[in-house]
Amino acid sequence: MSQNQEPTTIVKNAATRMSEVVLGEEMLINMGPQHPSTHGVLNKVLKTDGEIISEVFPQVGYLHRGLEKIAEKLNYHQFMPYTDRIDYLASMNCNMAYAMAVEKLASIEVPKRAEYIRVVMAEFNRIATHLVFMGTMGLETGAWTPIVYGFREREEILDLFEMTCGQRLTYNYMRIGGVSDDLPSGFVDKARRFCDMLEQKWVEYNNLLSYNQIFIMRMAKVGVLPVDLAIDYGVTGPVLRGSGVKWDLRKNEPYSVYPELEFDIPIGTGELGQVGDAWDRYMVRMREIKQSIRIIRQALDKMPSGEVRAKVGRIFKPAAGEVYSRAENPRGELGFYVVSDGSANPYRLKIRTASFNNLSAVPPISKGMMISDFVMTLGSFDIVLPEVDR
Amino acid sequence: MTANEIFEKLKSQVGADKIEFQDNPLTPFVKVKADAIAQVAQFLKDTPDLGFDSLMCLTAVDNPANFAIVYLLFSMKHGHKVTLKVETPKDNPVVLTVEKTWAAANWFEREVYDLFGVKFAGHSNLVRIMLPDDWDGHPLRKDYQYPAIYRGLPL
Repeated sequence: MSQNQEPTTIVKNAATRMSEVVLGEEMLINMGPQHPSTHGVLNKVLKTDGEIISEVFPQVGYLHRGLEKIAEKLNYHQFMPYTDRIDYLASMNCNMAYAMAVEKLASIEVPKRAEYIRVVMAEFNRIATHLVFMGTMGLETGAWTPIVYGFREREEILDLFEMTCGQRLTYNYMRIGGVSDDLPSGFVDKARRFCDMLEQKWVEYNNLLSYNQIFIMRMAKVGVLPVDLAIDYGVTGPVLRGSGVKWDLRKNEPYSVYPELEFDIPIGTGELGQVGDAWDRYMVRMREIKQSIRIIRQALDKMPSGEVRAKVGRIFKPAAGEVYSRAENPRGELGFYVVSDGSANPYRLKIRTASFNNLSAVPPISKGMMISDFVMTLGSFDIVLPEVDR
Repeated sequence: MTANEIFEKLKSQVGADKIEFQDNPLTPFVKVKADAIAQVAQFLKDTPDLGFDSLMCLTAVDNPANFAIVYLLFSMKHGHKVTLKVETPKDNPVVLTVEKTWAAANWFEREVYDLFGVKFAGHSNLVRIMLPDDWDGHPLRKDYQYPAIYRGLPL
């Protein structure tokens, strides 16, 4: 933080400032830019009195790559690989959200089979990123085993992705108007076997971590996010659902083929502590893994045969206009606001990411918290920094 | 409620000279005068049957003639949405902040200030968010010149 800027607070519903009660002197310390709990490069300047935080100032922008500026220089197809880099743990979902926005802008009809393939891929990616979340959440409490388990199962999802599109991290699999290739032979069987296996492992994760007494003591009643504050800050995704709001764009603003599939929306109920605590947020994601398995099984059953890609020109020019399209990513609402001036490149492309808004809600709930609890709070928000900085 | 009904309701409150409806087929929007946006925002949030409790997105567009600030609002209670646009001149772009209405606007406005150089009057902490404090220029402007050097380092 530079010397000349006076940090100000924007907090309305802050907890009692314990620092006013505790005697001592406040100091500013840097937590980060490199810190195990940040999952990326994020500097948090903490104003603390010993172990107790009185204010947090997140300093973002370390990974700012100017994606929105790059988009203006490329045509609509060319920007697809860049969407992989918005949230590198859920590239499929980012691909899908971007493709949907452009399809809406240019009125492109996507073949049914492609929609089902997209949903399968998006849900697999949701499972993969939630497994990473489970592992890192364990790491933050000092448990080393869950990340090994989480990565072991995620590896099999990456194998599935690799056989489909050749990539293991940045897939660039979806295209405007569909997906790049049909599913390879053997994919469906392998996917089904994986779903059966993961269902058993899911019980194991819960025995190992979710209902572990030490884990519960670290997570329950920590970092409680009230609903009104969450909505005020535009918080979305599992973080909002952890606060007890039944809000999921797959249900509330259905897109793709989600209306044809059955699934539930898990929400936080405060079963081990308080509604909206870190454990609730954690458990919402764990339960979403189960729902994603349900979705994948149904989608594999219902998948029709046919084309996987609509005919879209290499260079196409959507009519002048603008559109805001959003999708439910593993971390919340990913929105694309695309303005076309009738040329082959977007005139303006704004990427509204979930982590950006979710992170902005961390400072107001961190007042009066111990530093160790702050690590749990931030971890349970599951921020991905490239998504914040873009 | 449709965008048109929301507009009619808004017109009876703030007056026809402050707002204007544009029936763009994909995204119909309400154009708001720069000095009325804070009042319009508060009204949209506080009126029970409008109930726009969520600011989905706030951004800017560098149009040839002016900057347009775009507010994408959504009501989680009623499930309807509306888009607002405020136009501000290029030579001195200033818009009233809506930070007091939606806390999410704080970071959104900082980002717009950082990347477009649009100032938000009344904002509590209008500093750059993505780029370093001593960065020159605002990259998302169409006339932005890429710098060759930053703090003595070639880029």
